[in-house]
Amino acid sequence: MNNFLKIPFGLGLGIAVVATATFAASHSGKISNKTVAARHAQMQMISYNTGLLGAVAKGEVEFSAEMVNSAATNLNILAKMDGATLWTSGTEQGAVDGSRAKAEIWSDAAGFADKFAALEKASAAMIGAADQDAVKAGMGAIGGSCKACHESYRGPKN
Amino acid sequence: MAVCAALGAGGFYIFTAPAALEADYASDLNADVNAGQLVFAAGGCVSCHATPGAEGSDKLVLAGGLPFASDFGTFYAPNISADTTHGIGAWSLDSFALALTKGVSPQGSHYYPAFPYTAYTHLDPQDVSNLYAYMQSLPASGTPSKAHDVGFPFNIRRGLGLWKLMFQSDEYVLQGNLSDTVARGRYLAEGMAHCGECHTPRNGLGGLKHDQWLAGAPNPSGKGRIPNITPAKLDWSEADLIEYFTSGFTPDYDSAGGEMAEVVSNLSQLPQSDRAAIAAYLKAIPPVD
Repeated sequence: MNNFLKIPFGLGLGIAVVATATFAASHSGKISNKTVAARHAQMQMISYNTGLLGAVAKGEVEFSAEMVNSAATNLNILAKMDGATLWTSGTEQGAVDGSRAKAEIWSDAAGFADKFAALEKASAAMIGAADQDAVKAGMGAIGGSCKACHESYRGPKN
Repeated sequence: MAVCAALGAGGFYIFTAPAALEADYASDLNADVNAGQLVFAAGGCVSCHATPGAEGSDKLVLAGGLPFASDFGTFYAPNISADTTHGIGAWSLDSFALALTKGVSPQGSHYYPAFPYTAYTHLDPQDVSNLYAYMQSLPASGTPSKAHDVGFPFNIRRGLGLWKLMFQSDEYVLQGNLSDTVARGRYLAEGMAHCGECHTPRNGLGGLKHDQWLAGAPNPSGKGRIPNITPAKLDWSEADLIEYFTSGFTPDYDSAGGEMAEVVSNLSQLPQSDRAAIAAYLKAIPPVD
């Protein structure tokens, strides 16, 4: 009788634990997916504004001080975004679908912050560019900051 | 039985013997250190042999140590700095050329093909000589090379002679009548820059599958895939490719990352004509889905 009672109780507890764990995983998984999507949106914005500057640098789009300043200012703001809600731990590549964030983002947080600081600096230097040549000259530092960060902190394509 | 074993062992011994140099490196090769620097960049030597994590000019200290995981064990990039004890500072040009183009050490043993000598075998003697002069001018490091962590039977280096018989060839993959530009691109891409080492899938013995040349492969890190860069999948224009090799920007303003960011850092040092040649080569290779 004793044993008969114990077993179902143990099983029931086990099922409850598993059920809770599954709920927790799916719940945080939903948030993690949104976090990764938000980061991708930030990168999409960076890419869009960089692309406008690149088109001016290449001569595909005519130079306009207003447009160049807007793109450079946006980049600057994007580089300065507070990362606390974006780069949450447990959202590295392999842990969340679609993520290519390397674990080094968290193990070397200072190095990672430096890379965003480099984009902040490069985009600030682009604000007020006088002509196409100035945009061309400034693109190296912007591209370099993208590449340097992706080199160390972004994993391979999934 | 004993005779068979003896014959077998003899055959193994003969067929696995390290190759000798064919080209003559002794006669009037006036080495050009500056040209050697470009060979060094195109060859991507820094990407594997720099101390892991080194930045800026520290990258030119080729102390090695970077691990390469594979199905056969973990290889560690050796010290190839100008140190006379732990590096290659005491090597002759002939020893250097033998190592680079044949994968044979000065002591006559085979190197593992983690070192891409199957690509460097295409290098012409003048480029090898220029590279030698440049590398001897780089700083020395007294860091000893780390031993590879490779288990039986792959730890028997003599066996690599068989691997070389099967997979090492002087023939280029892309054949046919090529324009000068595409031929230069082939020399750079299949030889110096050894693109196939990562972008071409391998068979069970680690040999490159030439019928799937540059068609993409699993990333040895276990995460993600190295992309297919044949015309079947890579639809960028030649101008797009040149831009990517120069700034690292893709046509939609994403940027190169991971190992490819290193490659772009190397390629960006080359003359524009060389980046254009690699782009033309990539447009000329057979599309593989």
